[in-house]
Amino acid sequence: MTHDILIAVLILGALGVLFAVVLYIVAQKFKVIEDPLIDEVAEVLPGANCGGCGKAGCRAFAEACVAQGNMEGLRCAPGGDAVMAKIGQLLGCTVEQGEPQVAVVRCHPANCGEKRRSNYDGLKSCAFANTVYTGENGCPFGCLGCGDCVAACQFDAIHMGPDGVPVVDADKCTACGACAKACPRRVIELRNKGKKERRVYVSCVNKEKGAVAMKTCANACIGCGKCAKVCPMEAITVADNLSYIDYKKCIACRKCVTECPTKAIKDVGFPAPAVKPAPKPVEAPAAENVEIPVAEKVEVKN
Amino acid sequence: MKTFRMGGVHPEENKISNDAAIEVMPVGKQMVVLMNQHLGAPATPIVQKGDKVKVGQLIGEAQTFMCANVHSPVSGTVLKVEPCKDAFGLAKPAVYINVEGDEWMETIDRTPDIKRECTLEPKEIVAKLKEMGIVGLGGATFPAHIKYSIPEGKTAEYLIINAAECEPYLTSDYRVMMEHAEEVCIGVSILRKALGVPNAYIGIESNKPLAIKKMQETAKEFEGIIIEPLKVKYPQGAEKQLINAVTGRRVGSGKLPIDSGCVVSNLGTAFAVYEAIQKNKPLIENILTVTGKELPSQHNYIVRIGTTYNEIIAHSIGQLPETTGKVISGGTMMGKAVVNLDAPTVKGNSSVLVIGEKEAHRNPETACIRCGKCANACPMGLEPYLFSLLVKNNRVEEAKEHNILDCIECGCCFFSCPANKPLTDEIRLGKNKVRAMMAAKK
Repeated sequence: MTHDILIAVLILGALGVLFAVVLYIVAQKFKVIEDPLIDEVAEVLPGANCGGCGKAGCRAFAEACVAQGNMEGLRCAPGGDAVMAKIGQLLGCTVEQGEPQVAVVRCHPANCGEKRRSNYDGLKSCAFANTVYTGENGCPFGCLGCGDCVAACQFDAIHMGPDGVPVVDADKCTACGACAKACPRRVIELRNKGKKERRVYVSCVNKEKGAVAMKTCANACIGCGKCAKVCPMEAITVADNLSYIDYKKCIACRKCVTECPTKAIKDVGFPAPAVKPAPKPVEAPAAENVEIPVAEKVEVKN
Repeated sequence: MKTFRMGGVHPEENKISNDAAIEVMPVGKQMVVLMNQHLGAPATPIVQKGDKVKVGQLIGEAQTFMCANVHSPVSGTVLKVEPCKDAFGLAKPAVYINVEGDEWMETIDRTPDIKRECTLEPKEIVAKLKEMGIVGLGGATFPAHIKYSIPEGKTAEYLIINAAECEPYLTSDYRVMMEHAEEVCIGVSILRKALGVPNAYIGIESNKPLAIKKMQETAKEFEGIIIEPLKVKYPQGAEKQLINAVTGRRVGSGKLPIDSGCVVSNLGTAFAVYEAIQKNKPLIENILTVTGKELPSQHNYIVRIGTTYNEIIAHSIGQLPETTGKVISGGTMMGKAVVNLDAPTVKGNSSVLVIGEKEAHRNPETACIRCGKCANACPMGLEPYLFSLLVKNNRVEEAKEHNILDCIECGCCFFSCPANKPLTDEIRLGKNKVRAMMAAKK
C-alpha cells in the first residue's frame, strides 16, 4: 500500500521537475525584453484609447514615447499638461506646455430651421447623407446634422443642439479630434481654448461665391475680406471665398466680429454686451429666442 | 416564362401612364447643360460666352477615357460657362444657353422617314456612338462607346436589350416600344452588327402584352432579334439578373457582364443609337414619364436635356399638388429624390415621379427581428442584415469579405424589411467605406 503511494508521489514529483525545467528553458529562450517604463507611462495615461494622438491606443502611445525617449511631436490631448508633465518626469525630459484646445463647430445653427428646403428621412449618418445631397438647407459645405460626431465622441462632450447643429461642451471636450475626423465635411476644427476661454472664429466653411452662399444661409461667410483688413495681427486670411482666423495669431480683439456684414464670425466666452456678466444659467432661455440669445447660449456652453 | 433565379420582390406596378402617348415638351427660354451627364469625368466645355450654337452642336468634349461628348440641345447664344447646382444641390460644371429660334445642325436628318440600311463597319459604329455622345439610358449612363469596344481576349456572344421596365410607375420604354418599334429594332440590329453577335434578345416583362405583341410582329422583319417575355418580378431589368433570366448564365462576383459573354443595353439606348447612327442626331433628348397617383393627368414626354424640373412640372401639371411628399427622378425603387427642382434634367433621366406624402413617408425604424426576409429577397444572394451590423460597427474588412461590393442597390432588402431598416442606405454607406479603404491601401 505505502509502496503504491510512494510510486505515485515519485512519478508526479519527477514530472513536475521535468516540466519546470522545460518551462524555464522556454522562458529563457523566448524572453521578451520590455522596458518597464512602458508600463509606467501607460499607467499614467487616461486609458480612453481615443486615438487622438494618432496612435492605435494608449499603450501604443506609451511605446512610442519610450522608444523616442522624449516627447517631441507626441501629445496626449485628453490628458493635457498634467499627464504630459508626469510622462516627462518618468522619461526625464522636459515637456513643452501645450495650449489647451477645444473642438469648434463652424456652422451657424440659427438659419437651418428657417431656410429648410428639404426633409431628409434617409439613414441617420452624415457620411451617407453627404453622398446623397447637400443638406436640408441646401448648403453643400455645412453641417448635415445627422450626428456622426456625437456618435464618435467618447467623452460625451458633443451633443445635438436644438437647431440640428452639434454643440460642444467645452468642459468635457478633451480635444482628441475624433469628432473632427468623423465629420465628412470638416465642419469641426480643433482650436486653442484661448485666454479666459475667449475665442473668435469664422463659423462657416462655405466656399461658394458670396451671392450664392448668401442665398443658402444669411450667416454665411461671403469672403468679402473686411475682417482681414481690420485685423491688427494679420491673423485672417481669405481664400476660396472663405475667411479663416489663425488661432495662434488671434488676440481676440473682436474687431472682425463687429466688421463682419453677415455675422459669420463668432465670439465665444466674452461677457454679454449689456449689464449681465458672462456666466449665466443656460437652461432658462429656450430655443425659440432669436439670434443674440442663441449666440449667448453657445458662448456659455462652448 | 423566364426569370432570374434568386430573390426578387413584387412592388405595386402603378403603370398608370401607360396609355399617355409621347408628347413633345416645348423648349424653354434658357437651357443649362451640365457637363457630366454620364458616368465618369465631366466633359470639357469647348464653347465660350457669346458663342452661337445650333441644336446638336458639340459643346462639351470627352477628353478622358471614361467620358462622353455633350451636345447643345437648343440653338442660341452661350450666356456663361460656370457651375450649376444639379438635382441634388451639388455644383457641377455647366453651359448656360439663351435660346434663340430652333436652328438644327445641317447634318441632322429631321425627316420622319425610317432609314433601315446601315453600311457602317462595326468600328465605325462605335466611333459614331462616341461622337454622338450616346450613354446607357437605363440609369447608370455608362458611355456606350466603351461598352461596345470589347476588350481584347473577350468575346461577346449575347446582346441583351433590357425592355423589362421593372421599376414601378415608369412607362417611357413601353411608349417607345408602342410608338417606335421599328426604329428600336433597327437600333438593335446596329448594335448587333457592332458586336458581331448572331442574336439579340429583347427582354420584356409579361405585364406589357401589347408591347410584346407589337415587338414580336416588328422583329419578324429583322434578322436575329428574339423577343423574350419575362416573368413580372423586380429587379428583372437589372443587368446581372437579366443575363441570368435570358441566358441562364451567372456573372461572377466582381466580374463584368462581358466576362460571361454578354452585353446588356437599355431599350432607350437602342432608340438613341438608331437616331444617332441613321439620323446623325446626338443624344440631346430624353423620353421621360411624368406621373403620380395624385396628379390630375399622366404624361410621357420627349424632353430636351437641360429643361428644368420646374419647367416640366409647370408644362405638364401646372404645379405640384399640396400633398406632394417627394419628387423622384427614376423609379420608386432605385430613383433618387430631387432636392433642387430648379436643376436641369440630364441624359438618362427617365421620369419625374410625384409621390404623395403618405406614400413617400418612411416608417420609423425598429430592431431587426432576424427574420431573414432581406436575405431571401436579395437577387444577388447577399446578406443585407449582416452588412447592416458590420457597417454600423465599422467592420469594413469583413463586409468586403462578404462581398458587399456585389450589391446592385436595387432596394429589395429595404422593401421587404418588416422592421423598416434602411438596409440599402447602410449598404451604400458600407460600399463607400470599403472603396475608401481599398483606395487607402493602394
